Amino acid sequence: MTNTKHNPKPMMRGPMGRGHGMRGAGEKAKDFKGTMKQLLRYIKPYSLSMVFGILFAAVATVMTVVGPKILGKATTELAVGLSAKAMGTGGINFGRIAEILIFLLCLFGLSALFHYFQNWLMASVAQKVSYNLRKALAEKIDRLPFKYFDTHSHGDLLSRATNDVDTVSQTLNQSLANIITALVQLFGFTIVMLSISWEMTLMAFCVLPLSAILVMQIVKRSQRFFARQQEALGAVNGHIEEMYSGHIVMKAFNGEERSIAEFSENNQRLYDSAWKSQFLSGMMQPLTTLIGNLGYVGVCILGGWLAIRGAIEIGDIQAFIAYVRNFNQPINQLSQSMNVLQSTAAAAERVFEFLNEEEEVAETTTPAPVRDRHGKSLIQGQVTFENVHFGYNPDKIIINDFSMFINAGKRVAIVGPTGAGKTTIVKLLMRFYELNGGTIYVDGQDIRNYKRSDLRSLFGMVLQDAWLFDGTVMENLRYGRLDATDQEVIAAARAAHVDHFIRTLDHGYQTMIDEDSGNISQGQKQLLTIARAFLADPKILILDEATSSVDTRTEVLIQKGMETLMKGRTSFIIAHRLSTIRDADLILVMKDGDIVEAGTHDSLMADNGFYASLYNSQFEDCE
Amino acid sequence: MVRIKKVRITQYLKPFALSIAAVIVLLFAQAQCELALPDYMADIVDVGIQSGGIRSAVPEVIRKSEAEKLAMFLNDEQQQLFLSSYTLVDAGQASAKQIKQAPLVEQEPVYFLNSLTDEARASLNSMLARAEMIVVSLPGLKNSEEFKELNLPEDVDLFSLLRQLPQEVIDDIVARIDASLEVAGENASPVASAQFIKMEYRAIGINTDSIQLNYIFSSGLRMLGIALFGTICAIIVTFLASRIAAGVSRNLRLAVFSKVENFSSAEFNQFSTGTLITRTTNDVQQIQQVLVMFMRIVVYAPIIGVGAIIKVLNTNASMTWIIALVVVVIMAIMGVAFAVVMPKFSIIQKLLDKMNSVLREFLDGLPVIRAFNTQGYEEKKFDQVNTDVTKTNLFVNRTLALLMPMMMLVMNCVGILIVWVGGHQINLGTLQVGDMMAFIQYSMQIIMAFLMITMVSIMLPRAVVSIKRVLEVLNCPLSIADPQQPKSFDPQQHGYVEFKDVAFRYPGAEENVLENISFLARPGQTTAFIGSTGSGKSTIVNLVPRFFDVTAGSIEVDGVDIREVSQQELRHKIGYVPQKGVLFSGTIESNLRYADADADWHQLKQAAEIAQASEFINAKPEGYDAPIAQGGTNVSGGQKQRLSIARALVRNPEIYIFDDSFSALDFKTDAALRKALNELCQRTGSTVLLVAQRISSIMHADQIVVLDKGRIAGIGTHDELMKTCEVYQEIAYSQLSKEELDHDEHEA
Repeated sequence: MTNTKHNPKPMMRGPMGRGHGMRGAGEKAKDFKGTMKQLLRYIKPYSLSMVFGILFAAVATVMTVVGPKILGKATTELAVGLSAKAMGTGGINFGRIAEILIFLLCLFGLSALFHYFQNWLMASVAQKVSYNLRKALAEKIDRLPFKYFDTHSHGDLLSRATNDVDTVSQTLNQSLANIITALVQLFGFTIVMLSISWEMTLMAFCVLPLSAILVMQIVKRSQRFFARQQEALGAVNGHIEEMYSGHIVMKAFNGEERSIAEFSENNQRLYDSAWKSQFLSGMMQPLTTLIGNLGYVGVCILGGWLAIRGAIEIGDIQAFIAYVRNFNQPINQLSQSMNVLQSTAAAAERVFEFLNEEEEVAETTTPAPVRDRHGKSLIQGQVTFENVHFGYNPDKIIINDFSMFINAGKRVAIVGPTGAGKTTIVKLLMRFYELNGGTIYVDGQDIRNYKRSDLRSLFGMVLQDAWLFDGTVMENLRYGRLDATDQEVIAAARAAHVDHFIRTLDHGYQTMIDEDSGNISQGQKQLLTIARAFLADPKILILDEATSSVDTRTEVLIQKGMETLMKGRTSFIIAHRLSTIRDADLILVMKDGDIVEAGTHDSLMADNGFYASLYNSQFEDCE
Repeated sequence: MVRIKKVRITQYLKPFALSIAAVIVLLFAQAQCELALPDYMADIVDVGIQSGGIRSAVPEVIRKSEAEKLAMFLNDEQQQLFLSSYTLVDAGQASAKQIKQAPLVEQEPVYFLNSLTDEARASLNSMLARAEMIVVSLPGLKNSEEFKELNLPEDVDLFSLLRQLPQEVIDDIVARIDASLEVAGENASPVASAQFIKMEYRAIGINTDSIQLNYIFSSGLRMLGIALFGTICAIIVTFLASRIAAGVSRNLRLAVFSKVENFSSAEFNQFSTGTLITRTTNDVQQIQQVLVMFMRIVVYAPIIGVGAIIKVLNTNASMTWIIALVVVVIMAIMGVAFAVVMPKFSIIQKLLDKMNSVLREFLDGLPVIRAFNTQGYEEKKFDQVNTDVTKTNLFVNRTLALLMPMMMLVMNCVGILIVWVGGHQINLGTLQVGDMMAFIQYSMQIIMAFLMITMVSIMLPRAVVSIKRVLEVLNCPLSIADPQQPKSFDPQQHGYVEFKDVAFRYPGAEENVLENISFLARPGQTTAFIGSTGSGKSTIVNLVPRFFDVTAGSIEVDGVDIREVSQQELRHKIGYVPQKGVLFSGTIESNLRYADADADWHQLKQAAEIAQASEFINAKPEGYDAPIAQGGTNVSGGQKQRLSIARALVRNPEIYIFDDSFSALDFKTDAALRKALNELCQRTGSTVLLVAQRISSIMHADQIVVLDKGRIAGIGTHDELMKTCEVYQEIAYSQLSKEELDHDEHEA
C-alpha cells in the first residue's frame, strides 16, 4: 500500500485522476480467466466476508440511488404547496416534508453505515489475501531449485512480492467494491429513471453512448501517447542513469557536450509525448462533463415539457437531473475498473507464475541418517564423483563424465581462469543443482539418498562475497548453529582469530551490521563467515579465496583462520593463491565450465598442459 | 568556488508567463459558465415550468373587459400609464397580423401592447403584478368567512359587484387583500400573475403551451451554448497546462542534467549518484504532475468556490451558514482522518522497505541459507515483517473505510438541510423553488472546491520537497571550474606528471587522505602505486584528471599547474581506465570510439588486441557491432575491464591512468595484457600511472610508490623496496610465499 489513494468516488474523478494507462499502459494478462480462478482460491477462505461485503455494497448503493427521487418528492411538495398558496387554495405541508426528510436522513445514515461495513470487510479481505500471497511467495523461494534464480533477477522477484501483490490488494480493496457499486448504480439509476419517465430515460440513453464512444476513442488515442511517453521517459532515465554512474569516464573522455546533446534530443521527445498524452487524458473530463451537461439540458427541456403536460412533477426533474449527472459515474467507474482489473490480472499472473514454478526434485522417502541418536555425526567426509555429467542448460553439458575419489580430510583446490565455472562443483556437491548424469557419493552414499537439509548440514561455506544480514555480529555468527550459546559463539570467534577484531568494534559482539555492512570491510566480513563456519562444525568445507580488495593485515588473519578451520576436514578451495594451490592434495583445473585436468601440482606441471601454462603465466616477464 | 546567481523555480515559469495568464483568464471564463448553468436551470423551473414560460406580468394582449378589471385595482395615475401603454383594437377592425396574434380580436375589443422602453415596462410590470395577483385571488375570497356572511348568491360576479361599490370601499378591500398577500410573500406574485396572463392568453386564443415550450427551449439552448463554451475553455486550459507543465519540466530536466554533467567528483560525492538520478528523473516528473494539477485544480477551485459563494449570497437565501457549517465539518473529518492515518503512511513505507530488504537478503543469501538449513529462521523473519505490514495496512484501510461514507453522508445531509430550511424560506416568500435547487448545486460546488483544495494541499508538500531537491542541485556551486585565461601546455614536454607536496582532503572530511605527496612520473615509464585499502592510492591518480582539486600543494602536467589549463585540454592528454569497467549502451565499437570519434579501424583493432579483447570480440557473431546493454550488463566483469582498457588505448594519450583496472582479470590475461601494454608504452613514450592490489601486477614497474595511511612509505623499484621498505615487504609476503619471490628472482 505505497500509495493508498482512497479514491473517493464522485469527487476524485476527473482532474485528480492521473488519466488512464499511466500504469503499465494497457498491460494485459495472457490468461485472464485462469489467473482469476487462481486468485479466487486465495479469496475463498474469506468468501463469507466477500459475500457480505458485496451485499452491503449493493444495499448501500440501492439506498443512495433512491435518495434523489425521494428528495425530489420533498421539492414537489414544496412547489405544489406554493402553487396552492398562490391560488389561495392551501399552503406548504411542512409536516409531510419533515416526514420525507427524516426518512431520507435515516436512509442516508443507513447507507453510510452499510458502506462503511463494506469498506471494512473488503479492506480486511484484501490485506489478508495479500498477506497470504506474500507468505506463499516467501515459502516458494525455499522450494525452488537454484536453476530458477540463474534466469530470473532478484529485482524481478522483489517487484512481484511488493508491487504486484500490492496491485492485487488495491484491486480487492477498491475495484471489486467499485464494480459492484457501479453495476448496482447502473441498474438502480435506470430503474428509477424509468419509473419517473420513460421518455426522459430514453433521451438520456441517447446521450450516454456518445459519452462512452468518446471516452473510448480518447483512451485509445491517449494510450498510444502514453506508451510513447513511457518509451521516451525510459530513454531519458536510462541516459541519466548511465551518464551519472559513468560520470568519471564521461568526464575523462570530455563527453559532456555529446552527452548533453543526446539528452536534449531524448528530452524533446519526452516533452512532445508528455504534453500530448497529458492533454488527451486531460480532455476526457471536460468532454464527459459536456456530455453530462447535454443530458442535463435535455432533461430540463423535455422535463419542462412533460411537467406542463402534468406527466411528471417538478421534484422529478430535480431528481432526474441528479441521476443524469451521475449516470456517467458508474460507466466511467466500470471502464476504469475494467482497466484496473486487466492490470491486476497481469500482476496476479506474475505472482502466480512464480508460485507455479517447478520446484526442487522431491526428497527421498527413505533418507540415510547423518547423525546418530545423540547427534554425533556419522559422516567422515569422503567424497566420490562417478561419471558426473552436468550442464546449467541440458542442451549444453559443461562437465562431461567426471570421476574422482577424494578421501576424508583431503584438500582439493579448484583453479582456472575467471568465468571457468569454479563454483559449479560446489553447487553440485550441495545439491543446489541436479546432475544430468552420474552420481556423487558422500561416504559412499548417493547424495540423493540424504535429505537435502541433512546433506547441506555436512558442509560449511566461506565465500568471498560474504553474506551477512542486518543484525548484530553475535546474531550473524550464531547463524552457523542457531542453538549455540554465547560462549560457543565466542569460542568459535576465537578459533577463527576474529575475537580480537570483534572486540575492537564499537559495541563488540552487539555491533549492528547494516544492509551493505559499510562499517565492516569485505575482508572482515569474510573473517566473520569463517567464525560462522567454525560454529557450524561441518565435515566438508567450501572455501573461496579472496582475490582483491582485502588489505594485507586482514588477509593474513583470513589465511590463519582458514588454515585452522581446514584441519581435519575435507576441503574444497576455490583458489587464487599459488601457495594454497601447491599445498593441495588434489588440484582440479577448470576451463569453460569443464574440468580439464586433475592431479597434484607436480604431476600437472609434469604434464605441461593447461595448468602449467596457467601457472607459468604468472611469472612470465613483462619485458 | 564559482559564485552563481541563485536559481528560483519562478525563473522556469517565466517563459510561460503568457500561457499561464491565458490559463487563469480561461479558468475564470470556465468557472463563469459552470456557475451560470444552475441559474438557467432555476429559470427553467421557476419561469418555464412554474410560470408557464411567462417572464413578466405585462401581457402582450389583453381583453378590454379584463383590462378594466385590472384597472379597478390601480390608482388614477397608474390607470393612465396602463391605458396609454396599450392600443385598443375594436372587434372587426383588426389587421390580419393582429388577428393572427390574438384571434379573439375578431369578436371583442382587445388591447395590444405598444413598444415600450425598459423603464416603462418595469414600472408597468410591478403595478400590474399586484393588480393581477388581486384579480387571481379574488375568486378565493368567495370561500372566506367574511364573504359568506354577505349572503350573496353563489354565482354572483364579483367584479360587477365590486364595480358598483364606491372607490373608497374598493381601496379598502385592496388594502386588506394586500395585507393578506403580504403574508404569502411577493414570491407568489410571479406565479400568480403568470397564472392570470396564461388564462387571459388562452381566452384570447393564444397557444400558451408553445410559449412555454419556446421559453424552455430557448433557455435550454442557451444553457447548451454556455456548456459548450465552458468546455472549450476547459479544453484550451488543458492544452495550455499540459504544454506548460511538460515545457517547464523539460527545461528543468535539461538544466539539472547539464549542471550535473559539469559537476566534479566532489559534488557527486556530496549528493551521491543515486539521489542525483532521482532528482533528475522522479523529482522533475513530480513537479510536472503537480504543475498540471496546480493549474487545473489549485487555481480553479478557489475561482469556482468564490464564484459559487457570490452566487449563493446573491440568491438572497440566508442559508450561507449551512455551507460554512458543512465546509467546517468536512475539513474537520479530513483533518482528523489524515492526522490519524498520515503518520501510519510513513510507517508503512518503512515497513515495506524493511520487507523488501528482508526478502532481498533472503534471495542474496540463498546458498548460505540452504547450506546452513536456516530456511525456517528466515521465513519467521519474513513472516514477522509481513504481519507488521498487514496489521498497519489493516489499520489504515479500516480507518479510511470510514472516510468516504462519512463524506457522502455529510453531502447528502446538506441537501436535506437545504430543502428543510429553504422550504421555510420559500414559504416566507424570500426564495423560489428553482433558486433553492440552484442553491443545492452551488453548495455542492463550494464543498467540492474545498475538498479539492484539501486533497491537493496534502500532495503539495511532496512537490515542495521535490522542488527543493531540484533547486539544491541547480544552486550547488561548482568546485572545479576552468580558469578565466587558460594557459597552454609546454609543447616541449609530453607526459610529465609531477606532484609537488600535495595534500588532499575530501570535502567535509576531518582529516587529509593524502599528505606530503611528491613524485615525478616520466614519459615511457610506469609509475605504480600500492598500499592497503584506504591508503589513498586511488585518490592520487584521480587527482591527475582533476576529478578533485588538491587541498594543498600542486600537480603539474608538462610543466603547467593543472588548475591553470582548461579541463578539456588536460583530459585530452589522459587515457583513464576506472576501477570498475564502465561501458555505455551501444555497441562495442561505439564504446571504443567514445575515446576518439575519429579513430580509424586500425586503431580500434590494435587497441582491442593490446587489451586482450579481440579474442572475445571476434568470438561474437556481430563482432565489433555486438550490442552493449545499459551498464554493460551483457558482458562479464573481465570483458568490461578489457574493453574499458581498449577504450583508453584508442585515444593514444600521453598519460595512461589505470585505477586498479586489472582486478577482474585472471593471471594469464593480466600478464599478457601488461606485456603488450608495456611494449606499446615503450614505443609511444607514454607515461603510465598504475594502481594495483596484486603485487605481481606491479613488480616490474620503473617506479613503485608505496602508500601507507595517505603518506608515501617508500619510492623505488621492487628490488630496492624489498630491501628498504617495511610496508612493501609486508604486502609482498602476505601475497607471495618466500619461494615465489625467490623463484621470481631466479627468473629475473
